[in-house]
Amino acid sequence: MTAEVGAPVSLRPATPRWRETLGLLAHNPTAAVSALLLLALVLVAIFDETLAPQGPNEVDVAARLESPSGAHPFGTDDLGRDILSRVVLGTGVSLRVGFLAVGIALLIGTGIGLLAGFYGRWIDDALMRLMDMLFAFPAVLLAIAVLAVRGTGWGNTALAIGIVYIPVFARVTRASVLGVREEVYVRASRSVGASDWRLLTRHVLPNAAPPIIVQTSISLAFAVLAEAALSFLGLGTQPPDPSWGLMLAEGRGFIDLAWWLAFFPGMAIFLTVLCFNLLGDGLRDVLDPKQRTLMAGGGR
Amino acid sequence: MTAPVLEVEDLRVRLRTPRGPADVVNGLSYRVGAGETVAVVGESGSGKSVSVLALLGLLPAGIATVTGRALLQGEDLLTMAPERLRQVRGPGAGMVFQDPMTSLNPVLTIGRQIVEGIRAHGDVDKAAARRRAAELLGEVGLPDPVGALDRYPHELSGGMRQRVVIAIALSNSPALLVADEATTALDVTVQAQIIDLVEKLQAERGTGVVWITHDLGVVAGIADRVLVMYGGRCVEDGTVDDVLENPVHPYTRGLLGALPDLARPAVGGVVPDLATVPGVPPAPTDLPAGCVFWPRCPVRGDARCETEQPPLAVIGSADVRLPHRAATWCTDRTSGTESPAGGFR
Amino acid sequence: MSGDVLVSARGLEVHFPVGGRGFRRKPAGLLRAVDGVDLDIHRGETLGLVGESGCGKSTLGNALLRLVPTTGGTLTFDGTDLTGLEGRRLKELRRRAGMVFQDPFASLDPRRTVAQTVGEPLEVHGLRTGKRARADRVAELLELVGLDPGVAGRYPHEFSGGQRQRVGIARALAGEPDFLVCDEAIASLDVSVQAQVLNLLRRLQRQLGLTLLFISHDLSAVRHISDRIAVMYLGRIVEVGPARAVGTDPQMPYTQALLSAVPLPHPKLERERKRIVLTGDVPSPAAVPSGCRFRTRCPYAFEPCDDVDPALQSVGAPGQQAACHLHGVVGAPAAAPEGVTATP
Repeated sequence: MTAEVGAPVSLRPATPRWRETLGLLAHNPTAAVSALLLLALVLVAIFDETLAPQGPNEVDVAARLESPSGAHPFGTDDLGRDILSRVVLGTGVSLRVGFLAVGIALLIGTGIGLLAGFYGRWIDDALMRLMDMLFAFPAVLLAIAVLAVRGTGWGNTALAIGIVYIPVFARVTRASVLGVREEVYVRASRSVGASDWRLLTRHVLPNAAPPIIVQTSISLAFAVLAEAALSFLGLGTQPPDPSWGLMLAEGRGFIDLAWWLAFFPGMAIFLTVLCFNLLGDGLRDVLDPKQRTLMAGGGR
Repeated sequence: MTAPVLEVEDLRVRLRTPRGPADVVNGLSYRVGAGETVAVVGESGSGKSVSVLALLGLLPAGIATVTGRALLQGEDLLTMAPERLRQVRGPGAGMVFQDPMTSLNPVLTIGRQIVEGIRAHGDVDKAAARRRAAELLGEVGLPDPVGALDRYPHELSGGMRQRVVIAIALSNSPALLVADEATTALDVTVQAQIIDLVEKLQAERGTGVVWITHDLGVVAGIADRVLVMYGGRCVEDGTVDDVLENPVHPYTRGLLGALPDLARPAVGGVVPDLATVPGVPPAPTDLPAGCVFWPRCPVRGDARCETEQPPLAVIGSADVRLPHRAATWCTDRTSGTESPAGGFR
Repeated sequence: MSGDVLVSARGLEVHFPVGGRGFRRKPAGLLRAVDGVDLDIHRGETLGLVGESGCGKSTLGNALLRLVPTTGGTLTFDGTDLTGLEGRRLKELRRRAGMVFQDPFASLDPRRTVAQTVGEPLEVHGLRTGKRARADRVAELLELVGLDPGVAGRYPHEFSGGQRQRVGIARALAGEPDFLVCDEAIASLDVSVQAQVLNLLRRLQRQLGLTLLFISHDLSAVRHISDRIAVMYLGRIVEVGPARAVGTDPQMPYTQALLSAVPLPHPKLERERKRIVLTGDVPSPAAVPSGCRFRTRCPYAFEPCDDVDPALQSVGAPGQQAACHLHGVVGAPAAAPEGVTATP
């Protein structure tokens, strides 16, 4: 934008909204720590090859079922593979599946919720009954069906989990949109001639977003858990690929003999899920408009 | 004059806010006699509502610091133990707020809510309390009072709900009735009914009334005495005739000038623009030094305006019992408001 | 004033189905929010529309701009029939007619800056294309409503109620409309700020030659700003005429009661004044009384009021009309249930 003398009009906001949100988030210690931990996890997932001390399937027959030590901080499994390396390399699988699954659910579910909530009437009825049916279907059965038709693999695992979560996003979005669509500013925008598309994208969705963002964070936790569960059942990641859920399943047989086989992948799942949940709670507080005006009002 | 029902002395309220301490009420003193109506007038943020919430102990304790004295029939409300305050709120002081739904429980019948109030403050059996409740609803002009006992708040119109709230407030014949913008949400015809009702009940029972409003028209009809608040202070008080007919403080003059007036006919067919008070009221976190009204005052000029808060000083009125007072350094009583021609931002 | 009519309604109806949820959605009843309104708004005038809550004045304002669907009657804007208007021509109406809303805290999108809000009509209608031209126009509009153009980048929460209402007015004016509907535009503001906004609206009306529909429950404000006043009761215009005539010599008992109930800031006048206190509540618009709809609360109700629905007739000052049998029984007998065939 050109800053010329005479017309000092800037169409840009004084402080961008997202920066304000980040600032508020930083003041919420639990959420801030969770966010940092998750960031660290993402970095681990990206640089897993460099970070892992060994390859995932480097078998050392001499060092089978070794308890945690200096050489193998998390111990080794029944084939002598380094557990730390497998946990590190499993991070990518878990997060990838989580993000993709939630991405699918977010995109489709939010779209459906937006249309149902905004247009109401028969569109609402039709779409939400469809969602109810999807919701009523046993999740594991649905996932098994998807995986049976399309075969296993992390992409299909994500698709299966994503489909299961579509109704959740549809419902959250619809509920939020129902409140926002009655707002006077939406009517005001319509009164100056804005199209439905414009109302939806510029006014309704941005204002309906906070609960969806919170739901995203919480669903990520569930998706990571779901991936682990499916892998545990043998439907997700296939051996010998490392995955937290799969490692948990494999370690199950040795639980009385070598607790570290199940313990470390279990902790990884626990921490990731906890962080996503805490971040969700923090976001819920920060995105609450009441809290925002109270805290941000002074910044003029 | 009889002993006052309520005597407020140097009431101060400071609220803790994220933006620092806010001095919402800064030294407010007034008294309400039996059967007397004192109107507290001011715009939003003037501290008028907070001042009564503070009296009745309805401000959140961790956030508000209240000092001063507030004697209700000789007992200080501000130092009272919480249990005693709860006892006093029924028979001592009744409250009516702007939105009747905030005072009514939506899931309980009207009858149950009134009966509860009566039984909480007196040893009455259920049947007697119910009879009394029906009587009260009749008194406040509800058609079919007995039938109304078994109805829920949402089944009544706004005006009827406000009558129910008044019935609850009056159920223990309080010495003091506090009405905070009680008729603001109502239509004028219903407002007229409610005001008539309060005046009638007041005459019968000798209740002292504190009527908080921004509507100077309502004040003219209901008040004996008026207290104009600005920036947490009383800037002018006196009898309703003194304050509304001969306002002295530039703010009071500004308020009156800003009112479109049905009784003030257009001159030569041309309706003049309304006078306005320029600017906006000060934030309680950031009150100006000197006179609170100084930054918006159209007649400022005295050297003390910027540095010294003018005291409430008696003006004119000969009657020492009903003094007309104003807090201003302004001595020019002829001009008061900015000419409407000047724009402002 | 010229006789040039900009907005005209004849027998306008806005009925909402009430109750009855479920798949079949058979309505349990009909809420007659606007129920046979005849109204002409002349080019360049300010028409005040008063009435109590629930009388349908706000719905009427929205219906005139096609913001709620009408269910019967005709409606024209500058000679164009508005009923059934679609697509591009409806959009053009949105440019030519603006609306200012009651609550300045709710009518601005909290996530959009003042510039985005005021500039929205420009974007929507493709006016002043180009970043620079648009920013200039936004600055011009802000200046027009008495705001510092430097605030364009700020968010609504940084403003006071009065300033927000100015932003709302600037948005309504962005498309250079001929017609502006102000729906309780000052009701949520403090007294001194109300005066500022009233003065602003009067100045804009003169400066831009706007036609203004000023909807309010505040008779004093309406009397102050309006050239003509229309009084609404239970979905119908019951009296209309020059502001001075309606304000000082009302011909309809309802207007008389309404006027007498307005509290005035003069203690001596107030003490002497005789109020016409109406009894009872306004009937529900889902159960409109037969005949004259005011008869259930009217102190003068007599025989014909029960079964003849009074029509507006000329009484009092030139241009003044009232719907009341006290001036002679004129109107349609309430024999057959009317309004059965509601056209969509």
